[in-house]
Amino acid sequence: MSAMSTGDLLHVVTNDNIPEARRRLGRGLIWGSAGLLLLVATLQTLQVLGWRDFGFANWRPTLYAYVGWAIALCWAQVLIRGEAGKRVLFVLPAALFVISLTVFPLLFGLLIAFSDWNLSSPDGRTFNGLDNVRQMWADPFYWNAMLNMVWYTLAIIVEYAIAFGLALMLNAQIRARKFFRVAFLLPLMLSPVAVSWMIGKSMLEVRFGPISRLARWLGWENPAFFGSPEMAKLTIMLMDAWTFIPFMMIMILAGLQAIPKELTEAARVDGATGWKAFWEITFPLMLPVSITAILIRIIFKLKLADIVINVTAGGPGGATDTVTSFIFREYRDRSNVGYGTLLAMVYLVAIIIFMTVLMKFADRYARPRT
Amino acid sequence: MTAQIFHDSAADLAPRRSAYLGRLGIYSVLIIWAFICLFPIYWTATTSFKIAPNVMQGAMIPWVDYTPDWKGWRAIGLSPDTIGRDSTVRDEFLKRFGNSAIIALSASVLAVALGTLAAYGLSRFSYKWAWMKNNDISFFFLSQLILPPVVLALPFLVLYREVDLLDSRIGLILLYALSVLPIVIWIMKDQFAGIPMELEEAALVDGLSIWGAFLTIILPIALPGMVAAFILSLVLTWNEYFFAALLTSTHATTLPVMVASQTGSQGISWWSMAAISFAAILPLIVIGIVLERYIIKGMAAGAVK
Repeated sequence: MSAMSTGDLLHVVTNDNIPEARRRLGRGLIWGSAGLLLLVATLQTLQVLGWRDFGFANWRPTLYAYVGWAIALCWAQVLIRGEAGKRVLFVLPAALFVISLTVFPLLFGLLIAFSDWNLSSPDGRTFNGLDNVRQMWADPFYWNAMLNMVWYTLAIIVEYAIAFGLALMLNAQIRARKFFRVAFLLPLMLSPVAVSWMIGKSMLEVRFGPISRLARWLGWENPAFFGSPEMAKLTIMLMDAWTFIPFMMIMILAGLQAIPKELTEAARVDGATGWKAFWEITFPLMLPVSITAILIRIIFKLKLADIVINVTAGGPGGATDTVTSFIFREYRDRSNVGYGTLLAMVYLVAIIIFMTVLMKFADRYARPRT
Repeated sequence: MTAQIFHDSAADLAPRRSAYLGRLGIYSVLIIWAFICLFPIYWTATTSFKIAPNVMQGAMIPWVDYTPDWKGWRAIGLSPDTIGRDSTVRDEFLKRFGNSAIIALSASVLAVALGTLAAYGLSRFSYKWAWMKNNDISFFFLSQLILPPVVLALPFLVLYREVDLLDSRIGLILLYALSVLPIVIWIMKDQFAGIPMELEEAALVDGLSIWGAFLTIILPIALPGMVAAFILSLVLTWNEYFFAALLTSTHATTLPVMVASQTGSQGISWWSMAAISFAAILPLIVIGIVLERYIIKGMAAGAVK
């Protein structure tokens, strides 16, 4: 979050005297394990290509060789570079872990994205160039899901307002604060699947669900929460809001508690009360925290899927579909990995562009105005 | 009793009245929202003790509207009369529960271990890997947060099939650890930033190595942050559904997948659904109540600078 200056980092002066033999051992470890990895991978590729059967059942041997190489790489840092190597050892494991589990699959995903690959058919993968792109272009359901994401994301504004209000009340002088805090936090702890069942299926049941009965009592003749597209979308939004409002609320509450008491008191002395104090003191002070909370909330919102998959399965007519739930069904129904991956990749690119613009924008407005 | 001589003037009384009204307003909103938060949990808990007619009538309050019955819990073999007997459903449930527990715990431990080390390194030493300096490396880790699971899901499906990790616990553990790692690093960076560097400097002067100082001096101080990161990871991984639904089928299925697969065929048996759901969320409710301050600490990290 904050810019880190390199000047105040922990400085350690060491005089390492690493013998040449140890360096050589380190280098030997790296290259040796890399060679082993290359050898195993080549042998496995040859088998896949049908040159000779070496008796591999799957690609596990290559995986093991890779893990071996990664461990050797970490170990060799200490052998070659001594103290500096030990420092590298703090970050290197995590970096290797993330790179292995995201960068490789993403590159591999790029390969799949441009192929026709039905996992249940025996044909295997075939490149089909830009066919998937063309199919995506003409797929109204995908664009519909993208549009839905815009609506879902816009709902965050309302969630934010509610979360802010609740945080303000929790920050006021109230009794039983601990009880309210725990009660407000609980929805966040529950699994979206259980929430889907508890609220989406059980409480919204048309005949005897308590919310339906409440709606009838309030005068809505035929409560159908998933009947019309708009209503269904709104219901999903509400359920998602129910789970995630605590998250924003807690971040905002933390921000509120960090505001120095003198500031609010000085404002009160100056005659700013209630509404005015909020708009002119609290809200501007809370702007950086608010923006962080909203950005993180958007990130989580863009992953929304569990509730949709389990409550509406995208219906009625794709009105509640999120991109994730749409791709999930696309795979479930047709086991088409290629097309689904392309859709996901396009989504990722869209997210990256959107978030970059948003963060640039937020950066400009996050600075407190004076 | 003497007559009161000094009266509050009307102008002074008015604000007090509005303050009372304000209090009343705050409390009523708080109570309404607490009700909104707690009612679904209450509903699930009570529904698990209902039988069919009670559900149809929409009975609300046990012992008043209906007589509680163990039917839902009997269906998953966890009622008092079936707990001693063999039950395939219970074995199934316990297996899923065990899977969820093992996967969530291991993934959280792995993520906290890797994330703590990385966060410590990034907050104390300056690195330069190729073009990447500390800030870039931090950004690289944190940027993983925006990666939607669906992008990784299908490539992983194919890759895991090739290395025979499909439907295995270890496969899910790796993915879950990956998905919570940015959050752990975020929290731990905040934690380490609050620990003065003089501590390590003193330890180094006393002859400890870097790792020695980290393990014996810094780690104990950073423990609250680690607990917060761990609990938050635990919550997220315990609840994860998407990857589990795609990548597991019989052996490594977790509790959310089991809950989700109950709906569908031949109508819903509300009572057993409620019992399973409630059993699935119960550990988290307990964690939420007991460890609330750690969760809040974890989520507040980075919010305040």
